[in-house]
Amino acid sequence: MIQLDQLSWQVAGHTVLDQVSVTIPANTYAVLMGSTGCGKTSLLEILCGLRKPTSGRVLLDGVDVTKLEPRERGIGYLPQDLALFPGLSVREQIAFAPKLRGVLPEELDQRVNRLAEQLGIVPLLDRRIEKLSGGEKQRVALARALAAQPKLLLLDEPLSALDEGMRGEAVGMLKRVQQEHALTVLHVTHSSAEAAALGQLHLKLAEGRLVPPATQGANCTR
Amino acid sequence: MTLNRSNLCWLALAVITAGYLLFWALLLAATATYSTPESWLQVLQSPEIRHATWLSLVTCSLAAGFALLLAVPVGYLMSRREFRGKSWLDAALDIPIILPPLVVGLCLLIFFQTRIGKAIEVVIPFTYQLSGVVLAQFVVAAAFAIRTMRGTFDHLPARPEDVALTLGCTRFQALWHVALPAARRGMVAAFCIAWARSLGEFGPILVFAGATRMKTEVLPTTVWLELSVGNLEAAVAVSLFMVGLAVLVLVAVRATGEKV
Repeated sequence: MIQLDQLSWQVAGHTVLDQVSVTIPANTYAVLMGSTGCGKTSLLEILCGLRKPTSGRVLLDGVDVTKLEPRERGIGYLPQDLALFPGLSVREQIAFAPKLRGVLPEELDQRVNRLAEQLGIVPLLDRRIEKLSGGEKQRVALARALAAQPKLLLLDEPLSALDEGMRGEAVGMLKRVQQEHALTVLHVTHSSAEAAALGQLHLKLAEGRLVPPATQGANCTR
Repeated sequence: MTLNRSNLCWLALAVITAGYLLFWALLLAATATYSTPESWLQVLQSPEIRHATWLSLVTCSLAAGFALLLAVPVGYLMSRREFRGKSWLDAALDIPIILPPLVVGLCLLIFFQTRIGKAIEVVIPFTYQLSGVVLAQFVVAAAFAIRTMRGTFDHLPARPEDVALTLGCTRFQALWHVALPAARRGMVAAFCIAWARSLGEFGPILVFAGATRMKTEVLPTTVWLELSVGNLEAAVAVSLFMVGLAVLVLVAVRATGEKV
């Protein structure tokens, strides 16, 4: 469960996020919409600890994580540009987090292969990321995030670089991944169709404030 | 092609560029034709110059290595972190570049006469020693290496490091596992630039480490020593050898895709 409590963020005297409060229940697929520059990406970055809020708190499963480092939060993050690690193979990308945590080689292989099968990227495992298509890169970035076994997944316009045909397929994949891994997902998008297909909870940011959700099951205050 | 005003402008700029390059070509050609290749070889085989060459290669490599070790963390800090007084620090890091070389040498000489400097020299003697040559080369070369590494990190997106932090990395691990592999070409370029700068260093070495034959004599010192005794042929041969090394470095840096 994600709780944002009176979260504000200012930069150079300009208020980007203004006392945002919302609760996203566990295992919910939440979709966040809003115009360009309204603070959606900043909100995701505050959630995963890459930015410190000016005021307010971030709670995950009831625990205040506002002052915790990103690595201590157990959050998977897919930025819009995917930010794959240059020079590494697909296998190395997926193995990055488990290896860092000292997972034994046998278990590491199993985890990488399982995720690769799940996301349909087994034939790509030994390829370098520079040789992948946009859709393939997106799957690799998702597998890399899932390999860290997060409870919460933040997706920043993950389908924006895909064409219409691939987007439908990717929507199905994201739905399946959220259910199989029992994830709480916060997905930023500009696409109403994408939001309608995926969202169980719909949020909208306007001028740094959250517009009340359109569905039941969430509390959102200004 | 008709010569309109725009074409005339480009033509004028091309003539200026060509004129400058021609001037340099004439300088090098005049130096190269001053003596014969046989006399170059003869000069370069003398024990003193072979020793100075060996010493230059070793000290430049050490100075460039140390410069890179300093440049990576400083360049990363300056590129990735915003903090109060950053522009002042940025300007301060360029001081060795703008200081007259002899002044750098004098500063080193005076520092090692202070209490702190003398305490350091109890452990590692620098003044008029071979280690002093490396230190004199390092203090200037490091500024160039820092500039190159900062430029490299500025051109690399910070986002993969951010993602690495969410995947469990500390900031140091993100630097080590993500930023450094991505910056390897820049590191090669920074090393080469620091190496080339060290090779040409003369003023600080002369003041701080001296110009003792077979002890602290490096190639620029050789040129100066040979000129001071009127042996222009030897000075020319060593200079051409240094030009050759500089060209090799330039080629190496260009191969990394970086700019000097």
